Amino acid sequence: MSDTSVVSTSIDIEAVRKEFPILHQNVNGKPLIYFDNAATNQKPKRVIKALSDHYELDNANIHRGIHTLAERSTAAFEDTRKAVQQFINANEAEEVIFTKGTTESINLVASTYGRKFIEAGDEIIISGLEHHSNIVPWQMLAEEKGAKIRVIPVLDNGNLDLEEFEHILSEKTKVVAINHASNSFGTINPIGEIITKAHNYGAIVMIDGAQGAAHLEIDVRKLNADFYAFGSHKMYGPTGVGILYGKRSLLEKMPPYQGGGEMIKEVSFEKTTYNDIPYKFEAGTPNIADVNALKAAIEFINELGKNNIASYEEELIAYATAQIKKIDGVQIFGDNDKKVAVLSFAIEGIHHFDLGMWMDAKGVAVRTGHHCTQPLMERFGIEGTTRASFSVYNTKEEVDIFIEALKDIKKKFS
Amino acid sequence: MSQTIEDIQNEIAEEFSMLDGDMEMTIGYIMELGDQLDPLDESQMTEDNIVKGCQSKVWLDAQEENGKIFFKADSNTAITKGLVSILVRILSGRTAKEIVDADLFFIDKIGLNRFIGTQRSNGLGAMMKQMKIYGLAYSS
Repeated sequence: MSDTSVVSTSIDIEAVRKEFPILHQNVNGKPLIYFDNAATNQKPKRVIKALSDHYELDNANIHRGIHTLAERSTAAFEDTRKAVQQFINANEAEEVIFTKGTTESINLVASTYGRKFIEAGDEIIISGLEHHSNIVPWQMLAEEKGAKIRVIPVLDNGNLDLEEFEHILSEKTKVVAINHASNSFGTINPIGEIITKAHNYGAIVMIDGAQGAAHLEIDVRKLNADFYAFGSHKMYGPTGVGILYGKRSLLEKMPPYQGGGEMIKEVSFEKTTYNDIPYKFEAGTPNIADVNALKAAIEFINELGKNNIASYEEELIAYATAQIKKIDGVQIFGDNDKKVAVLSFAIEGIHHFDLGMWMDAKGVAVRTGHHCTQPLMERFGIEGTTRASFSVYNTKEEVDIFIEALKDIKKKFS
Repeated sequence: MSQTIEDIQNEIAEEFSMLDGDMEMTIGYIMELGDQLDPLDESQMTEDNIVKGCQSKVWLDAQEENGKIFFKADSNTAITKGLVSILVRILSGRTAKEIVDADLFFIDKIGLNRFIGTQRSNGLGAMMKQMKIYGLAYSS
């Protein structure tokens, strides 16, 4: 077993684990080890409580009610918006738009900014590391407009080929859409540098921060990001809530996304005028309860300190990587130092599906398959990988059990 | 074949009941069953014979002989191969009508729902459907 003293963190992991009721159960007769955090991570009690409190105490539709519950519910909703603003260091809360997820946030930009400003012959640059949700909306837009998709290739170590990025960047480039960190390999992209270079050519940059939100510092002002999209459920918050940050100057010149209530100023049959940002992009009743509970998730992260979380997770991924490398026939994808806590790998002679099923039988939840990044899998000539991804509540002891499980499974295939 | 489809399913359920629902033992046994499956010829592993799941691939070949349908199958994953071997054991060598009418209760009975899952991930559900489609095709 590992020497626990090696983990030098200021976080009391045992106390943290107590905040997550779901972790304390057996799966297939074994204590659950949850290593599927890049897909969604688990929720602390305070988030679960915020959700039930909303329905038990405050539930009302927001923004136009004059009664007390409507006031409370609205205040909580707008407080979350402010908490998000601070979380990403946006200039103002109005630059924070609530959506139903990262995917919708990206689609919103592609369908509004994209539809208005992209023309035939324009180019949209994405990368070979993108999730399908940061590929397909741009392809749909490009097809509609006669624009062209250019792709930054991926190097063998899982990093982006930035030299090639500079080659394909040109006056024709109108949008660069890229992730902060890769969900499949964990690669952290140098988005600051990418944004600066794209801006030199007048392109706007959309960052898919789905994998960044819970692990990496996000300072949209320092980054000078035009758009930054992320979701609540990968940062200890509820599912069904996404965030789109956009610069005011851009959001104001974009047409609305969907029509309906909330997004209007005045409606008549002759002409409708639209509401100001952010409401212009929030048609209909939003996901009030989940948005309001997201605030508890942000507080959870802030209390632990994102830097503390990141350095603890870095230790976990470094430890897991070192241990797994001792096993013969293991190939790691995206094996480099600068990555979020994602360990993507293959074992010679064992299909990832079999490995995932065996892991589950041993109580270990990992993800297997192409991770919604088929072009990336094709680049590496594989159908998929097995992916173990860590959160702040995971431990080195769990990594040890996972490694022992791997060794045991390997024997069954020899 | 003297055993009915029902008999074989009961026999399989009895074999699995000895594993006491232990997931590791269950998977181990499923893999053993897969090892015993007659391999498919390379020539039968065609695109046409692929029944695609999300993560694992299944090849299914059907041949009719004297009014009976004989299935051969294979998979690129060991667990799915074991699962398809169970289906082959139950349905191969039956008449088209028997296949179409077959009530495959063994899945529920031995708790294999977990393996068929709701995620279409192993192609087993698709394979069961494909076997029934062959049954329908040969009965028309």
